[in-house]
Amino acid sequence: MIKVEALIRPQKLDDVKTALSEIGIKGMTVTEVRGSGKQKGFTQHYRGAEYTVNLLQKIKIEIVVPDSEAKMVANTIAEAARTGEIGDGKIFLVPVAEVIRIRTGEEGDIALN
Amino acid sequence: MLKPVMAALHRRSRVIPTSFLIGVLLLLSACAVFAQDAVAAAAPAVAAAPTVDKGDTAWMLMSAALVLLMTPGLALFYGGMVRSKNVLNMLMQSFIAIAVVTLIWVTVGYSLAFAPGSPFLGGMDYVGLKGVGQEAFTLNGTGVTIPHQVFMIYQMMFAIITPALISGAIAERMKFGAYVIFIALWSLLVYSPLAHMVWGEGGYLFKLGALDFAGGTVVHISSGISALVLCIMLGKRRTSSVDDLRPHNLPMTLIGTGLLWFGWFGFNAGSAVGSGGLAGSAFVVTHVAAATAGLVWILIEWAVLKKPTALGFATGAVAGLVAITPASGFVNATSAIIIGAGVSVISYLAIKIKSKAGYDDTLDVFAVHGVGGIWGAIATGLFASKAVNSAAVDGLFMGGGTTLLFKQLTAIGVAIAFAVVGTLLIGGVLKMVMGLKVSESEEQAGLDLTQHDESAYAGASLDSGMVAHQAVTSVPLGATKVETAH
Repeated sequence: MIKVEALIRPQKLDDVKTALSEIGIKGMTVTEVRGSGKQKGFTQHYRGAEYTVNLLQKIKIEIVVPDSEAKMVANTIAEAARTGEIGDGKIFLVPVAEVIRIRTGEEGDIALN
Repeated sequence: MLKPVMAALHRRSRVIPTSFLIGVLLLLSACAVFAQDAVAAAAPAVAAAPTVDKGDTAWMLMSAALVLLMTPGLALFYGGMVRSKNVLNMLMQSFIAIAVVTLIWVTVGYSLAFAPGSPFLGGMDYVGLKGVGQEAFTLNGTGVTIPHQVFMIYQMMFAIITPALISGAIAERMKFGAYVIFIALWSLLVYSPLAHMVWGEGGYLFKLGALDFAGGTVVHISSGISALVLCIMLGKRRTSSVDDLRPHNLPMTLIGTGLLWFGWFGFNAGSAVGSGGLAGSAFVVTHVAAATAGLVWILIEWAVLKKPTALGFATGAVAGLVAITPASGFVNATSAIIIGAGVSVISYLAIKIKSKAGYDDTLDVFAVHGVGGIWGAIATGLFASKAVNSAAVDGLFMGGGTTLLFKQLTAIGVAIAFAVVGTLLIGGVLKMVMGLKVSESEEQAGLDLTQHDESAYAGASLDSGMVAHQAVTSVPLGATKVETAH
């Protein structure tokens, strides 16, 4: 099993969800996060005092899928989330040791669906 | 975990002296009332009373309520500008002024401000509101056509908001107990004498002929200067370059601005102490100055920073209201535009000076109220017009020469001197007796948690990393409650 962990632009969440839905992916965990990378921050002024904000708002999507589906899910997210500008985000594929469905106690791939 | 525990211990050790001092203060006020009752025979000789006018009374009751609303408005104006871990403390510093100053005012504060006495301080005739009844009365030879009690409660609302204004300068780091005692003493030792000098029976600045329609000197210069002195005595917040000091809720600040603007009509138009043409004129110039100042402030930002900000508009509008306050019963709408535009330029520059000078006036009380108030008092000497108010004299630009201007400068000087000396005295004593500033760990944890055992927003305390356990919300009978650890 692989956890697909994608960090994307907040405004791309709807596009990504739609694209994932079209390939049959329904389950996901979505978190609002902040982070920094190559994308420059921005400057704000409050009564003239300058604040540089370099931790930017991103959305983190986590989806655990069987090994065979991981690449397809990652590519789907990448295409839906891409603008071509710096700041589009990153996708990490992480091996998952085990999964347990709490309700039934099922383990392995069967617990993913 | 050690730091938070130490903070909690430190806090507990201060609980007794703080409540004790507050108690003593109230007791002293109460004693003064009883002492006065004992010599009730010596009632003040109120001159042949003018009659109560119903229209005037209705407007002044309304105005008193409007001015009261400014203090919750100020709480929101300030509260939005601090960090989320300090917002309840910021709000409470305004709300507690309502309670504390009300009791001070009815016991001795009103008497020290408005009873006949020396040119610098009122006497004890009105202690415990003795002789402050339902009849009209005379003040400085002018018949006041509303019940004396209505005048007293209207003036009380000014006494409430003035010390609350100071709280913006010392935000995010002052012990709540020390703050409460500070405003109580400040109200007695600084506000009441200044109010007496400017408006009271035979007051020094009144007799001098200095003009202050609605409290530019008494309210704004006094609080603005005291704010500067107290924030220097207190020292800076212990912040580092990585701390995010941005305002946590500017919509809250804008709601506060709206309430202040609304309430200010009672503050300025109500200062006509009646519901005639003068009240209408003060209403108009108040609004014009606020609108102009808000606009000019964001125009400056547009030019300098390339973007107009919401906080800039709010700041400008309030600065405009401050500046027009002393002039509101003496100037016309054209002058109000100049006064409003002028204050935004001057206060904007004053905020710039802060970053150079290095004092930590958290919410720029000195720049907005102190400097804005001084500009308003000077502008009164420039633009006051007999055509607006027959009781006034013409200012410099109205053909009246420099006489009034020099009187205004004298009033400004007296107010500054009084505020500086009074604040140094009260602040110095409290610093010795109980300390003014919270500990570094308390400051880091936030004043909501360490001064009040509360959080404004669910999860806010988690953000600051100070909560070890979530408190159990539903406790079974007989079970031990899990305490929130600071």
